[in-house]
Amino acid sequence: MNWKEELNKKAVGVQDKSALLGPDVDMKQFKGQALTKQAFQLPSDVADRAKTVGINPDEESRSGTFFQLDHSVILACRKKEIEGVEVMGTPQVVEQYDWLKDYYWKAVAVDTDKYTAEAETHQHPGGYFIRTKPGVRLTLPVQACLFIGTQGLLQAVHNIIIAEENSELHIITGCTTHPQVKNGMHIGISEFYIKKGATVTFTMIHGWAEDVEVRPRTGVIIEEGGTFISNYICFKPVKSLQMYPTSYLVGENSRVRYHTLIYGMGNSLLDVGSRAVLSARGARAEMTSRIIGKNSARIIARGHLVGEFPETKAHLDCRGLLLSSTAQIHSVPELEAKTQGCDLSHEAAVGKIEEAQLCYLMSRGLNEDEATALIVRGFLDPEVPGLPQHLKQEVRKTIELTSEKVM
Amino acid sequence: MSLLAIENLSVEVEGKKVLNGFNLTIEKGEVHVLMGPNGSGKSSLIMTILGYPGYKVCAGAITFDGRELNSMSINERVKLGISIAFQTPPEIRGVKLRDIIRISGGKSLWNPQIEPEEEFATPLLKKVGLEPTQFRDRDIGVGFSGGERKRSELAQIFASNPKIMILDEPDSGVDIDSLKTIGIDLGEYIKGHDCACLIVTHYRHILPYLNPTLAHVMCGGKIVKSGSPMEIFTKIEEKGYCEYLELCPPGIKEEIEKGLVINNTEF
Repeated sequence: MNWKEELNKKAVGVQDKSALLGPDVDMKQFKGQALTKQAFQLPSDVADRAKTVGINPDEESRSGTFFQLDHSVILACRKKEIEGVEVMGTPQVVEQYDWLKDYYWKAVAVDTDKYTAEAETHQHPGGYFIRTKPGVRLTLPVQACLFIGTQGLLQAVHNIIIAEENSELHIITGCTTHPQVKNGMHIGISEFYIKKGATVTFTMIHGWAEDVEVRPRTGVIIEEGGTFISNYICFKPVKSLQMYPTSYLVGENSRVRYHTLIYGMGNSLLDVGSRAVLSARGARAEMTSRIIGKNSARIIARGHLVGEFPETKAHLDCRGLLLSSTAQIHSVPELEAKTQGCDLSHEAAVGKIEEAQLCYLMSRGLNEDEATALIVRGFLDPEVPGLPQHLKQEVRKTIELTSEKVM
Repeated sequence: MSLLAIENLSVEVEGKKVLNGFNLTIEKGEVHVLMGPNGSGKSSLIMTILGYPGYKVCAGAITFDGRELNSMSINERVKLGISIAFQTPPEIRGVKLRDIIRISGGKSLWNPQIEPEEEFATPLLKKVGLEPTQFRDRDIGVGFSGGERKRSELAQIFASNPKIMILDEPDSGVDIDSLKTIGIDLGEYIKGHDCACLIVTHYRHILPYLNPTLAHVMCGGKIVKSGSPMEIFTKIEEKGYCEYLELCPPGIKEEIEKGLVINNTEF
């Protein structure tokens, strides 16, 4: 049995294993037949929708593009003039590079739950592979879009990102559905390998629909002096979304930073956390989340800092704002020090908009709705420390676009 | 027609009377000083003029520029030409000082694509002595010193081009140099724009810059004495507010004595 078959067997063994968190999803209900590949051409309605999650269909100011519509890879390439980066579909890489076995399901366990099992055994595997070669520092981001275009479809992707030693990589991932798709499921496995001295920034924008189930599973391994910056934005309704990306800081002086902006609305259930396991001297983690709850949304904001080695430091900062009396925010910060010399801390605050702030803005001429919108915008500060200036502007623009109808 | 006319105003907060038959008229371009011990109703008056929630008008009316304010929202009132500098403005994270100044002036938020260099808030910040490059991108009030907070309030007032400005202790918690700048700025503005002003203060230091028309002493939710600003200040500095307590509405004096500490050293 080769390595792929072994993994497959493991996956089959856990096909009924429920996840630890989040409502259990019956995946048999998703019977949608995928759109067939229309090579290298994006329909204009798909392109327009992709723009709302940070994707530039014309590929302007991007190093490369990956675009998956349903199960078909429409585009996977780097720009001609950009050297030192590979952008491919993961299934193709599995065939092509035997060494991929050292990365495939190494940051996320294939037998985590039924969703990881589904990703491994899915009939139409997908996902992207992005790798920067040693010493290559890309300034323009690579963009990746995972698009569901068919009602009732289950899309399962497996992404592998490798930043070789001393390289720099910026990724913008936009995940969304066609405006006519209300129901479906997305399972996204993402494995990141940040080698010695490398930096990866990962901006992920989710724009799902009201009846879509979303189960990402993410693992990040950060080596000596490596940095991973995650910037997660979700401003659209979803049926339920549960994820708990975990970073393993295995190298000395490695760094991770999570910045999470969530605007929960409708009947969405969002169970979103970030975890950092600090297991080398000088490792640092910083997590900030800004959560808004509107309508009847329920949001669970988790954070877990695990200190396994002396001289490590991590901080968790979670703030929630309720805009309705029927929304709920539940903040669950966890600090776990397994040895002396771990400096772990957290602060959390959940509440409604202060009347004094609202009245103050109204005393400057705004009506109540305008004042609320301004406070909400300010609260969802898109400033991510460590993100390059041009990317900050890009993210800000996307937030404006995404939030136009919401705020 | 007076610019601001407050007639027989009675106001309750959570069932407790805070204004009790209050009367005041201010004409265009006039500067009025309002004094009184803590808890006498000065801030309640300002909140009621603005229409803050929780300030329930039980009787009387406020008219501004011929319009009755009672049923208007906060933003409708300020758009008539009322502008206020709060004593302790709130901190609002993520909302930039340049934007609140622009909003005060009826402008939209700064958009660098349309206006590469911010042109509206920048000169106003400069005018009130806040270095624009340091302050325009700051979150409102966050990490500001006492003096910086007062100056940022002034920039917003000047931006709004008001017919009347209401200043709630613009001189408290600021050092002597800031007081001078604030005084000069205000004085020039009032004179240059024929703007009326209602200023709440415990100190006389700022008054020479503003050239006030009248001073009023408030006690127990109403004005108990009006007169020449300098005369009234001199008297209060000598004797405190004690004798004004005698002029309170019936029953109020006893309540104040029971519930409030009036300490001459406070002003």
